Amino acid sequence: MIAWNLILALVWCALWGSFEPATLAVGFLVGLLLLGLLSRRGVIGKVRYVRKVERAVAFAAFFLWELVLANLEVALQVLRGPKALRPAIVRVPLILDTDEQITMLATLVTLTPGTMALEVSEDRKAIYLHTMHLPKGGAEEFRRTILQGFERRVKEMVEP
Amino acid sequence: MRQWIASGLLAFGTVFTFLAAYGVLRLPDSLTRMQATSKATTLGIGSVMLAVAFAFDDVAVRTKAALVVLFLFVTQPIAAHLVARAAYRSGAPLWEGTVADELGEDSEDSGGPASQREP
Repeated sequence: MIAWNLILALVWCALWGSFEPATLAVGFLVGLLLLGLLSRRGVIGKVRYVRKVERAVAFAAFFLWELVLANLEVALQVLRGPKALRPAIVRVPLILDTDEQITMLATLVTLTPGTMALEVSEDRKAIYLHTMHLPKGGAEEFRRTILQGFERRVKEMVEP
Repeated sequence: MRQWIASGLLAFGTVFTFLAAYGVLRLPDSLTRMQATSKATTLGIGSVMLAVAFAFDDVAVRTKAALVVLFLFVTQPIAAHLVARAAYRSGAPLWEGTVADELGEDSEDSGGPASQREP
């Protein structure tokens, strides 16, 4: 389905006579809109592609926001010095089952500063994360934020 | 206008990268120091590259800036994870203010923390 989306974007560019990235992006969006409309009307059958793109975009926005927030937090931490630190290594249960999903989670968690993936248990049931600042609610609260934030979103994105 | 935005982003990115370097000196143990260094490559380099994309009105430059960010985002977490894991496994001491070490507790059942196990 992504191939159709790209073809539509290229047709759009050809019609405008310009292959600038901005034109391509608009073409992609218009194509996406069309595919969504056609799939809703049942012309091309139910398509999961549009919802998947929606979810991916929502996830990217969520992630960028987390990234900026976490960066500011860690910058403050560095300025305040070791006194403000509450480092801890916490075991977070995994609700993801494939290696790819676990890799994705570990990468995202490590990309947001303040948390870092340290180890995955051999049975793949838990991931050990290092955090610079354990929240007031202790390890339980930290587990909850990861489970409901990153893990849930990764799972949502890969599942139909 | 565009030059102003680019300058702002450049200054922002530089401050972040500087803070990361400062964090390496200031923070107490290898794991927290790794945290500080991994920060520079996300928001710091990210905003410097965004500044580049703003400053140059050239598709080729902008594509390259986007690719730099993409490659960093793909490789940086792996490097950070590997260094941190190697540090932990080779028994680099955790800072005394560390609140919890559930990995150490769990591996005690199977022969103690990695740092105390026979090689």
